[in-house]
Amino acid sequence: MSYFRAENLSLHFGGLKAVDSVSFAVEKGEILSIIGPNGAGKSSIFNLISRIYPPTSGKIFFEDQDITEQPAYEIAGLGIARTFQNIELFENATMLSNLLVGRHRHSSTQLWQELLFLPSVRAGEKLHRRRVEQVIEFLDLEAYRDKLISGLPYGVRKVIELARALCSEPKLILLDEPSSGLNVEETGDMSFWIRDMKTELGITVLMVEHDMTLVNRVSDRVIALNYGRVLAMGSPSEVQRHPDVVAAYLGA
Amino acid sequence: MLDFVQQLVSGIALGCVYGLIALGFVLIYKATEVVNFAQGDLMMLGGFFAFTFIGMLGLNYWLGFAGAVIAMAAFGMLAERVVVRPILGYPQFSIIMATIGLGYFLRSVVGMIWGTDDFKIETPFSDGVLRIGSLVLAYDKLSVIAATIILCALLYLFFNRTTLGTAMRASSENMLAAYYMGIPVKRVVSIVWAIAAAVATAAGVLLAPITFIHSNVGLVLGLKAFPAAVLGGFGSIPGAVVGGVLIGVIESMAGFYLPQGWKDVAPYIVLLVVLLLKPEGLFGIHMRKKV
Amino acid sequence: MRFLFKTDYEDDIRLFPHSGYIVSYGILLAFLAVAPFVLSSYLVSQLVFVCIYATVGVGLMILTGFTGQASLGHAAFLAIGAYTAAYLQQYNVPFPVYFLAGGLLTGVVGALVGFPALRLTGIYLVIATISFAFIVEEVLARWESVTHGNEGMRVKTLSLFGQAVPQNGPAFYFLCLGVLILTIIGTLNLLRSPTGRAFVAIRDSETAARSMGVNVSLYKVKSFAISAAITGLAGVLFAHKLSFISPEMFTLQLSIEFIIVILIGGTFSLHGAVLGAIFLVMIDPFLTYLKDDLPVIIAGIAATFGADSITAGKIHGNVAAIASANGLKGAIYGVIIVLFVLFEPLGLYGRWLKIKLFFQLFPLYKRATFKRQKIYVKSERNR
Repeated sequence: MSYFRAENLSLHFGGLKAVDSVSFAVEKGEILSIIGPNGAGKSSIFNLISRIYPPTSGKIFFEDQDITEQPAYEIAGLGIARTFQNIELFENATMLSNLLVGRHRHSSTQLWQELLFLPSVRAGEKLHRRRVEQVIEFLDLEAYRDKLISGLPYGVRKVIELARALCSEPKLILLDEPSSGLNVEETGDMSFWIRDMKTELGITVLMVEHDMTLVNRVSDRVIALNYGRVLAMGSPSEVQRHPDVVAAYLGA
Repeated sequence: MLDFVQQLVSGIALGCVYGLIALGFVLIYKATEVVNFAQGDLMMLGGFFAFTFIGMLGLNYWLGFAGAVIAMAAFGMLAERVVVRPILGYPQFSIIMATIGLGYFLRSVVGMIWGTDDFKIETPFSDGVLRIGSLVLAYDKLSVIAATIILCALLYLFFNRTTLGTAMRASSENMLAAYYMGIPVKRVVSIVWAIAAAVATAAGVLLAPITFIHSNVGLVLGLKAFPAAVLGGFGSIPGAVVGGVLIGVIESMAGFYLPQGWKDVAPYIVLLVVLLLKPEGLFGIHMRKKV
Repeated sequence: MRFLFKTDYEDDIRLFPHSGYIVSYGILLAFLAVAPFVLSSYLVSQLVFVCIYATVGVGLMILTGFTGQASLGHAAFLAIGAYTAAYLQQYNVPFPVYFLAGGLLTGVVGALVGFPALRLTGIYLVIATISFAFIVEEVLARWESVTHGNEGMRVKTLSLFGQAVPQNGPAFYFLCLGVLILTIIGTLNLLRSPTGRAFVAIRDSETAARSMGVNVSLYKVKSFAISAAITGLAGVLFAHKLSFISPEMFTLQLSIEFIIVILIGGTFSLHGAVLGAIFLVMIDPFLTYLKDDLPVIIAGIAATFGADSITAGKIHGNVAAIASANGLKGAIYGVIIVLFVLFEPLGLYGRWLKIKLFFQLFPLYKRATFKRQKIYVKSERNR
């Protein structure tokens, strides 16, 4: 059985088939990239997995558990974290509190304990902070701890969003266009971090990406989509040579 | 049965007034995404202008009506320039608060100038009645209904058929893009406020024979018109009028058939139920953020 | 300027980041402790109102400022707390019990309001809370067997452990102050815990909060319940302070006043709730001052600039007429709200921070530091 599996996943908006009967599987510890032209349904697949949309039909399995009907907030609890294409950070909060929200799934304190700030809450806070600091170190974000997100440049926000996802100590991470809006140097850093996430932290990565250099550098396998359907699946070079993929990109 | 029809007509007439105020809400919301809490007070001020022209200066009813509408259109532009334009683009909540402040100010100033008594405007429709069999319908109520239908149709056509109307809808979706496409956004917003104030004035003058005008009438009716706009889905012109009529009829029926006290809360109970079932109102379009 | 040298995670958790805070809050506390013995009884009475309004302000801040859910129905929560107190007091229930009962009941009602509010945002939420408040007001007026309807209810003098605590005495002042301080500390604790961060996350992006495992519905309901419960506690004190309550005291006007409290104070910090409450409550003494003293002063000034006694008398009369005009308070409210929204969007506390920063950075302060960003692009409809 695969680690993560989507079976015949479909998402229809009226007559538009954003995702049309897509099936794929992710093995534990691999980096799988989804590529495809704009509007191919890549982000929609992510939104189906994190249950922003309910699928029209199909099933999603994670660690042999059917998660199709789980409420959205429990997806993170299962160990699936994600980033967003257009950055969804908590704008009017500091980076530290953004990252601490990432720890939310690990906090177990009760409301009355928090009102009194009992020692257990204090201990929990310190533990969360220690974990957050590890992520900060991993992604070189030391300079921004007490900065408000709204004042930070785009590239930094992109990394902070990745950091927030890592703070939840996910088993599977969904990266929605991690390199969009980054310059060449930042994209280079990003590709190292993605590889490190796999090798050092043992996280399985599912990512949507347009930058083929990044895809080639990090991916173990690639899925190509167009019009909500799977065109090809395989190693990066195989997929890029696939005639349907070439046609989809060149419009032939 | 006769009672029922009588109640229905007076409910519809009252509802039309709510609908007219709600139209003002919707117009401003459609064009600027600003919710104008002072809309009822604009109506009240319009009523007082008309009272001054007709009741105090002795002008002809129609002349006074027109004068009040023009004066209020100018006032609407002024209010927009002073209170709203500096904060366009800030969070909705700030703008709501600013219009609440404007409402406070208008009520208070009107109270100081004209006093806090009730006033009545003499209109050509004040006393006449239309008899159909044993059914007695007052002209003042029928005039409100007729005027609402006309105004609503005009505004609907304006928004959906004219270039300016399209420009208004465009600037509500995305001010910056509208501006880059050559739409004079500031002027558009200003015109919308003028229209909204003019519609409010029409409502105020039409209302005058039914209930008296006093400095708090805007607050009282505004708070009924607001659910009307929400019920209609905030942003739909026919929706506002339908919502207004619904509220008016519910209120009138509850006042007649239910024990005392229900009249005032029934519209709100209905509103809460509708919002529970359909959070975007009866005619609203459900939109969600794309991520 | 002070540089904090942090050596422990504790440094970011504690409530007072450095000793300067302890000193300044200590001085404030000392002043508040002697206040009832040095200030006039009228001012002490106003201070009690400041405490009550600030408590409500803190409650509203949790909901509106930190969770981002606007409410124009808080007067209803205050009313529920107040009526619970008045009702239970008839059966000789001791104060601590009905005080907590008031908070608890209001909290439960708040949660019940929170559920329908889950699917509503922005303007729809505002109108739903207004509707709720209207319904509560009407219920209070009609449920005569419990609330005595429009006749209102008399609230007996508070008695705590067999001691009478008259609403004008220092003991009552200390009670209200204590409740305020405990509320603030509890709220600060909450804000530095996972729950508080979840609130802020919901305010800034519900989608992201959900994807991080925050049960958005649950936390919104929690926020409503906590906010309502705090308001209910304030309601109990409010009932005792006024010693008489009736439905027409808890109108939309009062809900708007509460919003004004946090708006004027500044919606991003608890300081704002207190500063806003001071501002709002002190408008009344200020207006009284206007009525009584201003005409005399202005006539006096006119006289010193050579106006004869008749002109001075006229000026006196005119100014007095304006200052005591009916509804002046409304106009002043209106102007204040508009001015704050236009020119001081961060409220009084924001102004204080700006002044502080100005002196810390002295010749280098730049005004743009606090400039708001205008967003013409984002339509709030698509939230």
